[in-house]
Amino acid sequence: MLHRLRFIPARLIQSIPVAFGVTLIVFFMAHLLPGNAALALLGQRATAESVAALTTQLGLDRPLPEQYLIFLAQLFQGNLGTSLTYQVPVSDLLVQAVPVTLALLLYALILSLFISIPLAALAAFRPGGSRDLGVRGFTLVGQGMPQFWVGIMLLLIFAVRFRLFPVGGYGTTQLDHLYFLFLPALTLAISMSPTIIRSLRSSMINVLESEYVGTAKSKGSYGISLFRGHVLRNAAIPTVSVIGVNLGFLVGGSLVIERVFALPGLGSLMINSIFSRDFPTVQGVTLFVALFVVVIGILTDVVYTMLDPRVDMSKAVRA
Amino acid sequence: MTDMLLEVENLVIGMRRAGRPDAVIVDDVSFSVAAHERFGIVGESGSGKSLTLRAVAGLLPKGVEVLSGRIAYAGKSLTGMPPQERRRLMGPEIAMIFQEPMTALNPVIRVGEQIAEGPRRHLGLSKKAANTVAIEMMARTGIPDPERRARAYPHELSGGLRQRIMIAMAVSCNPRLLLCDEPTTALDVTVQHQVLKVLEGLCADTGTALIFVTHDLAVVNQTCTDMAVMYSGHIVESGTVADVLGDARHPYTQGLLGSAPDFDRPERRLVPIPGFPPSLTSRPAGCPFAPRCALAVDDCSKAMPTTELVAPGHTAACIMTAGVLA
Ligand SMILES: Nc1ncnc2c1ncn2[C@@H]1O[C@H](COP(=O)(O)OP(=O)(O)OP(=O)(O)O)[C@@H](O)[C@H]1O
Ligand SMILES: [Mg+2]
Repeated sequence: MLHRLRFIPARLIQSIPVAFGVTLIVFFMAHLLPGNAALALLGQRATAESVAALTTQLGLDRPLPEQYLIFLAQLFQGNLGTSLTYQVPVSDLLVQAVPVTLALLLYALILSLFISIPLAALAAFRPGGSRDLGVRGFTLVGQGMPQFWVGIMLLLIFAVRFRLFPVGGYGTTQLDHLYFLFLPALTLAISMSPTIIRSLRSSMINVLESEYVGTAKSKGSYGISLFRGHVLRNAAIPTVSVIGVNLGFLVGGSLVIERVFALPGLGSLMINSIFSRDFPTVQGVTLFVALFVVVIGILTDVVYTMLDPRVDMSKAVRA
Repeated sequence: MTDMLLEVENLVIGMRRAGRPDAVIVDDVSFSVAAHERFGIVGESGSGKSLTLRAVAGLLPKGVEVLSGRIAYAGKSLTGMPPQERRRLMGPEIAMIFQEPMTALNPVIRVGEQIAEGPRRHLGLSKKAANTVAIEMMARTGIPDPERRARAYPHELSGGLRQRIMIAMAVSCNPRLLLCDEPTTALDVTVQHQVLKVLEGLCADTGTALIFVTHDLAVVNQTCTDMAVMYSGHIVESGTVADVLGDARHPYTQGLLGSAPDFDRPERRLVPIPGFPPSLTSRPAGCPFAPRCALAVDDCSKAMPTTELVAPGHTAACIMTAGVLA
């Protein structure tokens, strides 16, 4: 088993240039934004002198390439810089925000599997039947609804109208988190499920028609045990990469949804720091998100390798 | 005839459209298999051999069903049995081996586990005990180093080993009837021979009855005691292997014999049967073989010939050659 995970170190090394490309793009994009950080920081009490002084103090008057090199040099020492707005290390801000976003994503992933697996199985069991049509209708509608709209609707119905869930925030205890994150996670899960259902449904149909399912039936296997033993894992294999790709999109979606539900995660941090021209924070968050997407790609391949013994990623030709 | 292990009577398999029989694929097939018997079914591609076998196993593909007729196992009707009762028979009473061992094994499960699945379910064994049974079965099918091979995945094994795994899986619960659908067709000739030997040996040891579907007359000759010849969904001739192959009455059986190589007389010219089998939709009235038959007369195309006894235990459905005893 372990020898089939040899590909991981190579993949990590391959992702270093990607990460640098990301820093480069992020850095210059952030500085292309109109506006001045010193001005944003000082607010209404700003005078020309104080703005100039702060600009020099922050090093914002140096040429951009020089600023970028300083940024990189600090990065090598594990220093993401200091937030202009909060005057604390960017890494401290990340440490607070990252768990919220990760929890949200993981929660959303689990909920979407809880939604997708039964629905896909229901549809695949009799393709073209009424249940299949119902599930396919759901995927169409689900795909058509914008994520933020779903979030707002869930909020209006379950939080405002029926008061079953809080309208926002993250809570304090672990149990709180599960409760507070439910609606935002459900929002993301609803938007991710249609893709998973489609992929699972079609691979389940293939698996159910396969000869080895016939073999399993000839051993007296049926129903749930047949499904667990010989259908789900085989059907999951092609779906894993679909989920991997979609998790990347989900990271983007979660940034928006965090705003809708006032969650103190990466999305909120990102948007606040963009508005206040807090470049180090914008850079830190973006860098983290980019690396996270790379890690998701590697994790996807790990899961893929574990599910399918025929796969050997170290031999796979990768573009 | 209650001492028969399996009785198939007037079996009709086909498709239904809007609840009504639409296409008939296997028509009015009857045969029976006694305990310890080894029964071969031969016929060319598309003649309905696999579907007949799958109907016995209750594994017809989606859309295809038993339209009428009776399949009885040990005196009990399989067709009228509730599904859960029938499933309990699959494994400990009736087991099946498929043609393609690559696609018939689950690619993501270790082969030992796949063999152990039946014993766990039907014999109520623990995971460990079932694993021991699996390794034992693998050893009995002649797989070298079974402990190590049990942990392999199907793609890591050769075709011959995979088919032995299939056999080990099928006999793991000691079935009384083993259904084999061309178990050696996908293998090369030497491996084919070894696998047949294993199968024969196991059946001889345990007294398991065998239904063996193939299009290879030599294999039937080597393996089976009794046989039926199928053509276009009908059984056209049946009897002991010695009778059918030694004294073929139906022109189709004769044609099959003429088109198969005979190792005792390698100089003999092979004579192919002219033409093609009828498609499902254009099946002619009367004898389906008539359009290709050298002996055909007008009456052949009028009605399906009845199955006649041509010798004790030997039947054929041909108005030209089967009427001898009658
Ligand atoms: N799933 C299916 N749906 C519709 N028709 C089918 C299906 N499976 C088989 N048939 C039809 O039934 C006929 C008999 O098929 P069957 O598989 O029993 O033939 P066979 O004698 O086993 O042939 P072969 O030697 O090629 O395995 C074929 O002509 C095929 O067209
Ligand atoms: Mg077949």
